[in-house]
Order: sequence, then structure tokens, then C-alpha cells
Amino acid sequence: MFKFCSVAAAALLVGWSATAQQAPFGIGHKITDAQIAPWNIDIRGDDGAGLPPGRGTVAAGEKLYVQQCASCHGEFGEGNGRWPELMGGRGTLTHDDPRKTIGSYWPWAPTVFDYVRRTMPFAAPQSLSDDETYSIVAYLLHLNDLLPADASLDAKALAAVRMPNRDGFIVGDPRPDVRAVPCMKDCKKGEIEILSDLAKSLGVTPNQRPKD
Amino acid sequence: MKAGRRTFFKRGLAAGGVAALATQHPKMLAAQGGLDGKPLEVPDWTKMLGPGVTAEPYGVPSEFEKNVVRRNVPWLTVSEQASVSFTPLQDLDGIITPSGLCFERHHGGTPTIDPEQHRLVIHGLVRQPLVFTMADLVRFPSVSRICFVECPANGGMEWRGAQMAGLQFSHGMVHCCEWTGVKLSTLLDEVGLVPQAKWLLAEGADAAAMTRSLPIDKALDDVIVAYSQNGERIRPEQGYPLRLVVPGWEGNVHIKWLRRIKLGERPWQHREETSKYTDLMADGKARQFTFVQEANSVITAPCPEKPLKDKGFYEIRGLAWSGHGKVARVDVSVDGGRNWQSAALQEPILSKCLTRFRLPWRWEGGPAFLQSRVIDETGYVQPTIAELRKARGVNSVYHKNSIHTWRVNVDGTLDNVQIL
Repeated sequence: MFKFCSVAAAALLVGWSATAQQAPFGIGHKITDAQIAPWNIDIRGDDGAGLPPGRGTVAAGEKLYVQQCASCHGEFGEGNGRWPELMGGRGTLTHDDPRKTIGSYWPWAPTVFDYVRRTMPFAAPQSLSDDETYSIVAYLLHLNDLLPADASLDAKALAAVRMPNRDGFIVGDPRPDVRAVPCMKDCKKGEIEILSDLAKSLGVTPNQRPKD
Repeated sequence: MKAGRRTFFKRGLAAGGVAALATQHPKMLAAQGGLDGKPLEVPDWTKMLGPGVTAEPYGVPSEFEKNVVRRNVPWLTVSEQASVSFTPLQDLDGIITPSGLCFERHHGGTPTIDPEQHRLVIHGLVRQPLVFTMADLVRFPSVSRICFVECPANGGMEWRGAQMAGLQFSHGMVHCCEWTGVKLSTLLDEVGLVPQAKWLLAEGADAAAMTRSLPIDKALDDVIVAYSQNGERIRPEQGYPLRLVVPGWEGNVHIKWLRRIKLGERPWQHREETSKYTDLMADGKARQFTFVQEANSVITAPCPEKPLKDKGFYEIRGLAWSGHGKVARVDVSVDGGRNWQSAALQEPILSKCLTRFRLPWRWEGGPAFLQSRVIDETGYVQPTIAELRKARGVNSVYHKNSIHTWRVNVDGTLDNVQIL
């Protein structure tokens, strides 16, 4: 209903005797799914909608991973230096230093395919074939004990992988979760209690002098 | 260009060499003239012509302002292509951020996009998929709006304690610009939504092909597909030639280099809305789709980068903002939150926009704890860090909007501290 009204109103505005089906301004060009295909790469995480045909294996993925991924993410997904780690960390989300990896944090397996295919390798994104992507994803899931070493992976198998942190997310924004009261006078008693004042002595703040 | 200085150098050398230059440098004259009983000087720049109107076809700041730049924190990220630079809030007045000083956050570097070749595709659950050129988009009815864009990780380095000894790094992941473009609702009318379309996926054309899911209600409310920023075409690092502007919502959803919008039934659960940009609570559960930037404020003068010099009058200045609407009130404390006074708000006070506040103050030379506390038009009151930690723990990374404290030391320097 809203749709009909807004289109009709817009049509009146530009003085057209348009029906609700017509585009109000007639600007833009019709495009077919086939034309859109090179950009239509999104995969829905929760059911794998959009996953392409193709297949990969953990074994092929290990070889590709070593060539394409290990220099940043480490031989076994442990992360090289400060580049992201891709495995482990399960059970750490309540710890002081939580490790948010594919295995410990990501709720949906098809999301891994979507992300690897659209952004990786970091210096050459969208250069992997679909089969190569399936293989690399298979190896990443294997590194996280979610696929056996002899496994192969296709669209159906990937959508069926249940990630350990599937139920770890609260959907819907519970904020405001703090309801402060704006006191104006004599709001505190005694000395100011300092919780943290190491910013200067930590020495982690970059130099702000001009570069010459 | 350094035309002024170069010209001066040439003349200085011609007039008698480097020794003469050292005593005649304009900066030195400016520092002494008229002070301490000395007469005013007539400086060199008054006695010679400056460059003409063609010297700078696109103007740049004075060479004496070269300290006013974005900066990054090298240890924070492992690559400069997937990183962040910070707005120098300590050097800015008013509410508009100059385009070249707006913080940058991108995940695959800044692409170089030819606007002639750029396209925006809208498809999925629509009656007629359409592709638009930039020329097409500019033809639609346009809208301009001033609003802030804030990375939800602004302040995120300080959940566990004060860490950054400067305003630029503690709060510099926010900027405020005038954006011009076409309302997303106008484009969605053009393709025709089908009733099942409840969410959309917005995607960038950069090397990260950045994607975020947005609910349709917001898309039809106030989202802009913007092509201009502060009156000119958007800067490359801010999304040239096309970006989404999603007023009041976290910066990550303002998809830059926008190339595609797909309509669907539910969110896509992509990496940037599951693995990242989710708020991990103390119990190990993470909040997802916490889009709104709740009200926040900070004192921008004085600050660690702009210490106090002498006792006497100062104007405490700062910025306040809310993703829920307008700033209604800002209170300032100079005694660590024992007592508060409401600050004056500078017009215009716009919804989802930076608002400038001011309070006159006399510094008597003693220690002080300066704080600001914003209340927005929904009645939301900016919380303390202790209140935020109690509600969320310290692993959230995102959405830290607590009252900020600058400690004034007796020597006039300021420190970033957290107090109870």
C-alpha cells in the first residue's frame, strides 16, 4: 500500500499519468541477471543462497592455502605476526583476551566462502576460482576441526556445516542498556578516584609533530 | 605549493645571504613585534607582492598549518590498506570537517575509480533491476544534509583504560560533512520494491568489495546515495564517486565506492556484520546489528595537544552528537563530575550532526578534571565508563561513548585519564 501511494505521489509530482508499475522518473537502464552476473557474488550466510556450483577438497585447499594464504595467516591458520589468526580460540570469548576466529566466532560457514572469494588473497582479491575457493574454505574448516582431512566441499555440504558459535549472537539492539541520571550538584564525595592514567607513560601514542 | 616561502628565500638570499635570512624570517618577526615593549614590525609579506590568482587553481591550507593532518596509529593495524587514519579534532573549529581531514577507514585501500565507468546496480527483490551511470544519478531530485559519520570503533582502544595521550586518537574517528545526492528511497521507487524486500545489501567497488546489510525501514527513511561532500564531488578516500550516507548509524554501513544494492528478505550475515562490527559482551554473547551511534561528546579545547599556557580565561570548547537525533544539552564539569554546568550550544543544532558547545572558564593554575556529558533529544544521557563496563564488560571493541576526562596538571598539560 505504502509502495503504491509513494509511487503515485511521485508520479503526480512530475506530472505523469503513470500507473503504479511505472518508474517515476524513467532514469536508469534496464539490466538482466546475465549482465549483473559478474558482480552478483554475494552469498547469504545463514543458508548459503548464492553459492556457486563447484567443489573443492581439504587436500587441494592445503596446497592452495600454503601458496596463497600462509604468508599472512600462518601455515596452520595461527596468524603470522599481527595478521589475523583463522583457527583456534574456542572457549575464549569470555576470557580477558578473547580470540575471535572462524572456528570460535563466525556463526555461518557460507560467510567464509563469501569473504574469501570477494576479498582474498589480500593483494589479489577476486582472483580465486570457485573450485579454489571451495578448497581453501574446506581447509580452513578442517583447521578448525569442522571437516575431516579427506572431506570435499560443495554448496550443499558448506551450507550444512554447523559453526560452533552459531547461537552466540544477540540479534536486535538492546540499547539503551545504560540509563544514566544527570546529577548537577555535589554528585561525588571525597577525592576523585582515578581508574586509569597511564596514557602518557604507556608511550603508544604516535608522534604528532609534522613530518618534514 | 610553497610559493610564499620560496619567494622569500630567494629574496632573502639576494638581499644578503643566510645570516640576514635568520634575523628576518617572517615567523620570528611575528613572534616579537609589538610585544614586550618592542615596536610592531612591518613584515616582509607586506612589502612584496604575493602569488596571483592562478598560483593555486585548487587552494591548499597555509604552509603554517602543516601540522593539521590526519594521522594513523601504526601498531593498531598490520597494513595501511586495511587501516584507519584519524581526524585532527584538536585543530578544528565549528562543526564541518574539511574534506581532506576526514578520518579514513577502509579495508582494501582507496580505489581509483573513473566516474565514466562507474555503475550502480539495484536488483534482487525488485520489479525492474536497473543500472545507473553517474550522469543518471545526478539527474534525480537531489537532497543535501549535514551529518556526522563515526566509526563504531571510535574510542574502542580505551575500553580497558586510558591509552591514547591525545584527542586525535581518542576521538578522531568521527567527521561531519554536508552530503549531497539522491535519496535511496527515490532510487528504490524507481526499481520498485516487491513486498518481500525487507533488507538490502550494499556493496562497494573497492578491493574489499565491502558489504553490509541494512533494514528496509532505514533505507526508506533518510539514507542518501551521495556524490558530493562539502559542495564538491566526494574525495577518493571517502568513496568517490558514490557512497551511502546512513545518518546516525555506524560508519561501516556508509558503504563507500558504492556499486551495487541488492534487495532481499533478511540480512546476508556477511563478515563485516558477524566476525566484525559485533559487540562481544562479558558473557561471551555478541550483539549484532547495533547500528545507531549513541550520544557522545568530548572537550576539544583544551586537550593534550592544546595545553593551557597561563592562568586566566579560557573557553572550554567541545563537540557533541547523537545518532538518535539532536543534541538537547551538554553539561561540563571542571571538578571531575562533582558539579556540572550546562554549556552554550552553537547554532545550528541539527539532527545526527556534530554540535559545538562552549563554556567560559577561569583556570587558577590548580589541577582540574574536565568532562562533558551530552543529553540528546530522546533524553538519553551519556554514561560513565564505569556504567558502560558494568553493562557490557571490556571486550565490546565497538560503541564506547562514555564521558571522557582530561586531567589538567599544574603545569598546564593535560592527560587522558579515566575516573570513577
